[in-house]
Amino acid sequence: MNIPSELKYTKEHEWIKLEGEQIAVVGITDYAQGELGDIVYVEIETVGETLDQNALFGTVEAVKTVSDLYLPVSGKILEVNASLGSQPELVNANPYTEGWMIKIEMTNPAELDALLDAAAYQALIGA
Amino acid sequence: MEELKKVPLNNLHEQIGGKMVEFAGFWMPVRYSSDKDEHLTVRNNVGVFDVSHMGEFWFRGKQALPLLQKICSNDIAGLPVGKAQYNYFPNEQGGVVDDLIVYHLAEEEYLMVVNASNIDKDWAWVSRWNQEFKADIENVSAQMCLFAVQGPNAVATLQKLTDEDLLEMPYYAAKRLQFAGLENVILASTGYTKKGSGSFEVFVPNAQAETVWQKIFAAGAEFGIKPIGLGARDTLRLEMGYCLYGNEINDTTSPLEAGLGWITKFTKDFVNADNLKQQKEAGMPRKLVAFKMLDKGGVPRSHYEILNQNGEKIGEVTSGTLSPALNIGIGLGYVPLAYAGVGSAIYINIRNKNLKAEVVKLPFV
Repeated sequence: MNIPSELKYTKEHEWIKLEGEQIAVVGITDYAQGELGDIVYVEIETVGETLDQNALFGTVEAVKTVSDLYLPVSGKILEVNASLGSQPELVNANPYTEGWMIKIEMTNPAELDALLDAAAYQALIGA
Repeated sequence: MEELKKVPLNNLHEQIGGKMVEFAGFWMPVRYSSDKDEHLTVRNNVGVFDVSHMGEFWFRGKQALPLLQKICSNDIAGLPVGKAQYNYFPNEQGGVVDDLIVYHLAEEEYLMVVNASNIDKDWAWVSRWNQEFKADIENVSAQMCLFAVQGPNAVATLQKLTDEDLLEMPYYAAKRLQFAGLENVILASTGYTKKGSGSFEVFVPNAQAETVWQKIFAAGAEFGIKPIGLGARDTLRLEMGYCLYGNEINDTTSPLEAGLGWITKFTKDFVNADNLKQQKEAGMPRKLVAFKMLDKGGVPRSHYEILNQNGEKIGEVTSGTLSPALNIGIGLGYVPLAYAGVGSAIYINIRNKNLKAEVVKLPFV
């Protein structure tokens, strides 16, 4: 199970990676993509919106199931990974790199402190 | 909660990477690698499903046929030895106890395969009716493994393990034969993946199951045979438009609305026949239909609303998925007759968007 040590995680199986003081990238974990199976559709229609921590920002559909996506920290959705429109399977193949989902501008970066680190996330999923 | 049951080859599935989930009271492999890859392996090559969770009942003796005729919907009297037949148990309230297959293996000897989720209910149902008929019945669900070997290369794979000419076996046949070095293995040319195209099921006693599994995989190695999980099993059956008990049919759904009229034979007496005949004569208000998505934007799933063009709810999706073969959303659901014709426009409510779909003819592929 791939759980990069430099990322922060949520109990809902999203990861968040800092790209500067206010900017961060969000996706779902390797564990999450494995549980979902083949991802066939990523629906994110919240670009431009400012949402609270834990707010629903999109939906990911696999062949067999559908799952909601929750924002790890409060912020404005700046950008969606456009590649996922035609290649949703990137989330399966590279969940932490090419399979990223959104870029956000955090409104309260202090919320990061309460997220899980890699060790805590690993413990959560029992990996 | 009742403890989860495990199939005899549970450890093997875990060792070869099966992701195990709860299904119908059993701990079962949902996938080994990828749902899509496993699905396409069965469509284009050959794959093996361990469906040992399913139930097997024997019916023997002079009273076997009279009992089966009473509790099954189809007419088994004309079923020759060596053939199989799709059936259901009607209940007394107009619904369905279970759907199942009857295999006529020898004179006065029938094997029945029922859904795992219904084994206890079915056995109670059969036992109740048998108080009247007194056939020799036996529930061997826990003693038998069942492997479905499916796909265009299934024949070539299995042929290496038996001297019987498998190409001679018509669809929906069954026989005892020497297989994988064992005597009296039951091999049936049944399956839900594609009519007649390399559909086989192998019944093996638990003690020999692992040996037989390994021999099947050795025989299929040259084709790249793979284990297939329940995920692909469901998408494969949905592409064929087959009913799944618990989704399309249950204790309260009409078998006639579900399209099971073709296995409902009023030429004989059976449980609730009069009621079903009246239903048939009166005509059904709604019908199970197959649909494919025309709009992109989501995958239909069970319990999603089906709407008409005015946005009024007209029914519910009973099964839905993304078709791995077609790469579009497909599904089944009940709609009023006015919307049941092939080509009818319907809409599926997916996350509060009404996405257009079209009623189509089965199978999807």
